[in-house]
Order: sequence, then structure tokens, then C-alpha cells
Amino acid sequence: MSESKKITVATTWLDGCSGCHMSLLDIDERLIELAQQVDIVYSPLVDGKHLPETVDVGIIEGSVSNEEDLAKAREFRRHCKYLISLGDCAVTGNVPAMRNLFPLDSVYDRAYQENVQHNPLRPNDGVPALLDVVKPVHAVVPVDLHVPGCPPSADTIWFVLSQLLEGRVPNPNEVTRFGA
Amino acid sequence: MSRTIAIEPVTRIEGHARITLQLNDEGRVDDARFHLTQFRGFEKFCEGRPYREMPALTARTCGICPVSHLLTSAKACDELLSVKIPPAAEKLRRVMNLAQLVQSHALSFFHLSSPDLLLGWDSDPARRNIFGVMTENPAMAKDGIRLRQIGQSIIEMLGGKKVHPNWAVPGGIAQPLSEETRDAMRKLLPEGLVIAKRTYAFYKKLIPQFAKEAETFGNFPTMFLSLVNAKGNLEHYDGWIRIKDAKGDIVEDMVPTDEYPRIIGEAVEPFSYMKFPYYKPHGYPRGIYRVGPLARLNNCNSCGTPFADVALAEFRTLQESQPVASSFHYHYARLVEIIYALESMDRLLRDPDIMATRIRARARSNRDEGIGIAEAPRGLLIHHYRIDDDGLMTWMNLIIATGHNNLAMNQGVKQVAQEYVDGSKLQEGMLNRVEAVIRCFDPCLSCASHAFGQMPIHVELRNAEGHLVDQLKRG
Ligand code: SF4
Repeated sequence: MSESKKITVATTWLDGCSGCHMSLLDIDERLIELAQQVDIVYSPLVDGKHLPETVDVGIIEGSVSNEEDLAKAREFRRHCKYLISLGDCAVTGNVPAMRNLFPLDSVYDRAYQENVQHNPLRPNDGVPALLDVVKPVHAVVPVDLHVPGCPPSADTIWFVLSQLLEGRVPNPNEVTRFGA
Repeated sequence: MSRTIAIEPVTRIEGHARITLQLNDEGRVDDARFHLTQFRGFEKFCEGRPYREMPALTARTCGICPVSHLLTSAKACDELLSVKIPPAAEKLRRVMNLAQLVQSHALSFFHLSSPDLLLGWDSDPARRNIFGVMTENPAMAKDGIRLRQIGQSIIEMLGGKKVHPNWAVPGGIAQPLSEETRDAMRKLLPEGLVIAKRTYAFYKKLIPQFAKEAETFGNFPTMFLSLVNAKGNLEHYDGWIRIKDAKGDIVEDMVPTDEYPRIIGEAVEPFSYMKFPYYKPHGYPRGIYRVGPLARLNNCNSCGTPFADVALAEFRTLQESQPVASSFHYHYARLVEIIYALESMDRLLRDPDIMATRIRARARSNRDEGIGIAEAPRGLLIHHYRIDDDGLMTWMNLIIATGHNNLAMNQGVKQVAQEYVDGSKLQEGMLNRVEAVIRCFDPCLSCASHAFGQMPIHVELRNAEGHLVDQLKRG
């Protein structure tokens, strides 16, 4: 690819519901405008590329709940110059972190022993183990900007992205709040 | 010497899903597995919480079809109250459910699948996405964005938010409809229908090009399971369970949704966090069935709206005198359902009853067990709750739409792999096809994990000693 001046953006979801990514898609026709200004180099929304060596802006949805989430958060931090925690799950742990109140075994057992009629067992063949404690992203890697909301509205996401594109540091508190 | 190929979506699906192919001595595919690698634990962590929190809380299972969880949960709660909700509330819940069907199917067709259909399975992966469609066929991309926006906007007008509206409550909905909102919603529908019909006509012309895909993408006999209404017609909010076999004979009909535990069992395999529902009387894994748009269109007597019924008749010519068996035709079924949803919303919004201000039945909990069932965009969704005397949750079981298709997705991956994979060397085209079959099912792994869009894939071919023989990266 030719070297473009476009800002590169990578997005990923860890333990979230994908609602924050849906909210990003809800910028609707502004997606076309966005595509003219940024290159989404890595995301569920585009055909994947490897996370390039350096990415200008990384956006993480979801909390850190299993071993793969942890590896992915670290990978994003390594490769992204500016890292955003998008949505309450990434910012606080939110809904996924509700399982922290229960012993891990009981969480597995409800799903894979009690509510099963055939072959109850705990999946363990090539699936990542859950961490004992669900954490927000900034508990495992430093984060540059927190954007709360469940999910942050499309306008909030657009505000954050357009401020960044104009070279400003956005203040999301003007446009969103926890649980918004 | 048998070997295993692992197809690893290492990136944005964040390894939530993975495929392995087991090769036999001749290098042919023996078996294929679709692994879901995410597990969240809702069924446990909702324990101890007031049941009234469940609609808003369980909606956080999925941001792609949150309305399905919101409504199914509210329905389970209606049962806990032992109330029949006011008619206006039911009709408005139906409107929101149909609006979600439009946005979710539009996402699947335009944002996720149209890049393959328009740009080709073997086109440049770097451009094979919605942004590529924007340059290749801007009108189509705009149609997709607009159609999804229409669905999302109706959800927002009713519930105040596009994703995760807190609107359905135990016993009904939060606010009555205003005339302005009704009129604003109705204004969007004609435009949506024009887009939907245009896309349908376009796709119909395209279909003959995909004969090979239709033959091999998850094309095998299974039963089909869905809801139908009292007339046996297409239904997404309420109704009874119908199961047809591969020949089209009815296996179960008019099963009250409360009886689901008699017909649906869940199995576990060590290789996936997604469970494997099966038709209990046939046992596991013989009780394989499919759900979702394909199953709903195969099962219903008719759609019950004018243009959708025309499209349904055309859909049924895809396979003579039998249910349509190819999973490839989920795409087709989705387009028919978008038309149906827009026509049905229009009908509901013309009904004067919908303006009634009585929209909520108020009661405290009167039962300790409640089951809510609805058709999510991807198929039957079940929320099953138990509470104690204080109204606190003691137990929950969720059977997620995508889960019902788990056995079929595994079998579909195997079929495509056997068709396209030659164990001696790996080809890009093979990877595209293997992921494309999964995309036909539009798995909302968000519900059971997360995965959508195009999977970056890493395939490793290892010999029995575990040494790398060949590898291929896509993405
Ligand atoms: S913050 Fe809310 S919308 Fe975003 S991933 Fe978490 S639950 Fe979903």
C-alpha cells in the first residue's frame, strides 16, 4: 500500500457485548466521511489485517476477562500510540465484572454442569481460561482516554474521533457519562 | 499420519472463534470443529439480583440484538408477574422487535456479506469490507447504511437510545406512544421498503452466479425449528414452536413455549464455550436442527404481508417441494424478512389501538418461575428465570439463538472444508470459503461470545510431531 497521510485506527472488543462497536456504526453516513480521513487498519468491521507495528489510535471495547483479552490489551498497548477505553465495560468492568462476586467454579458450573442435559463438562480444549477477576482495561495497561457510556452514543464517538482528527484532546465528560 | 489444521482468527474476533480441521492419512478432511472461545457467565452472575433488573441487564449480552434480549427478558418477567400485558404495549414491543430485525439483517447483508457477494470471494482481502463496497458500489453501501439507520432510528424513537434502550419493563413498556413519534416512524417506512425491494430484486438476479456456493455452503438435511403464530404464519414475538423435518413434514407443532424443556436439550463439547442444543426426542447429536431466517421461512405457512408473500413464493422455488436446505440461502431469507418487517410495522402503526395510554400491567411477583421466548434475528431465544419470595433471581438459563445452529455450523464448516481443502497445500480461497459458510449463519457470537465480520485467519498445518509443515495467513 502507498504511504497515506491518513490517521490509522485499530479497534477491538474484549469482554463486551459489541454494543460499543454498534454505536460506532451508528454514526451512519458519517462512516463515509470517516473512511476518507482515517484508515481502519484492524477491526471487526473490516477484513482483518495484522495489527501494524504502529497505529495512531487504538480503541478497546469490553473488559479483561480471560487470558486472550489480557494478551490482546497488551498487544494494543504495544502497538497503539494513543489508546482509548470505549464504553463502561472497558472503563469500569461494568456488567462482565458482576461475576467477580461469585467463585469462578460456580460460574462455570451453572453453565456447563447444571444447565446441561448431555455431556456436562467444563470446556478446556483450546478455549482460553477465564481470569479469576474481571478487570477494566486500565487495570492491566495504561489508557490515554476514557469514554464512558453503555454504549457511548454515536454522537459521542463522533465527537471524540473528530476532536482527535483536529489534533485536540477530547473531553468526553462534556457529552457522555457512566451508564449513558 | 493424521494431522490437524488450526484456523485461528487471531485478531479482532480476538480469538473468540477458531476452527480446526482434522486430516486423515490421505490428507482429506475427516472432521471440522468450530470453537467458540468466549464465556461470560450471565446465568450465574444475575443470581441474587432483583428480577426487575433483568431486561436492562441481560440486554448487555448482545449489542447487535439487544432488543431481543430486552423483550424476551421482559416476557419472562411478565410471567413472573402472571399478567397479560395491555394490547398497546404488546403491539409496540412488536414494532421495536421488527425494527431490530431490519437493522440486524441489514448489518448482516450489507456490512458483512455484501463484500463477498459483490467483490467476490477471491477479491483483495484488504478491500473486501463495507468500505470497499463504498468505492465499488456506493449506492449499495448507502442503501445498507440507510436501511440499518431506519431500523435503529425506530428503536431510538421508541426507547430513547439506539443500543440498549431501557424501555420494555415487566408488565409492558415504559411510556405510551405520542402521535409525533408514530408519524415520524411511519414516515421512514416507505423509504425502507423501496431500499429493501431494490436490494431483493438485485440479489435475485445475482443468485444464479452462486450455484456452487449454494450447493456446498452448509447444504444438508436437518430439521428446522421456529415460532409460528396461531395461523401457522411467520412470527417473531410470540406464538408456538413448530419443527419440520428435512422433507418438510411437521415433527412438532403448536408447542407452547413453556414446554421447551421437553423438546430442547443442551450438550457440551470440550472444544467450545458455546453449548450444543438438540432436539431431545432424537438425542444428541442426531437431534440437529437449524433456526433463524431460513428455518422461519421454511416453517411458516405464509408471511401474511403482501410483498413478503410474493418473495416467499419465489424463495420456495429455490428447492422444489422441500424446505430449502442450503445455508447459503440464509442471505435470501434475510432479505425476505426485511420486507416482511417493514410491511408489518406499517400495519401495526396504522392500528389506532397502538395509541392507548394503558401500556403497563402493574403487579408484584406472583410466580416463582417464568419463561420468555421470542424470535431474535438469528433464531429462537429463550430466557428462563426462577426467583425467591423477595423477587431475587435464584436461577437462570439462557438459550441463545446462535447456539441452536452450533451443530449445523460445525457440519457446515466440515462440508466446505471437505469440498475445498486439500491437505497437501493451503490456499487462500479455501479460507475464504470456510469463513463464508459461518457468515451465512450470521452468528451473533456476541450473544454466546462475539464474532462478526470477516475473520482474520491464520492456518497452521502441523504434522503429528507438531512441526510446522505449511502455514497461511489471511488478514
Ligand atoms: S459498555 Fe455497554 S454497550 Fe459497551 S460493550 Fe459494555 S455492555 Fe456493551
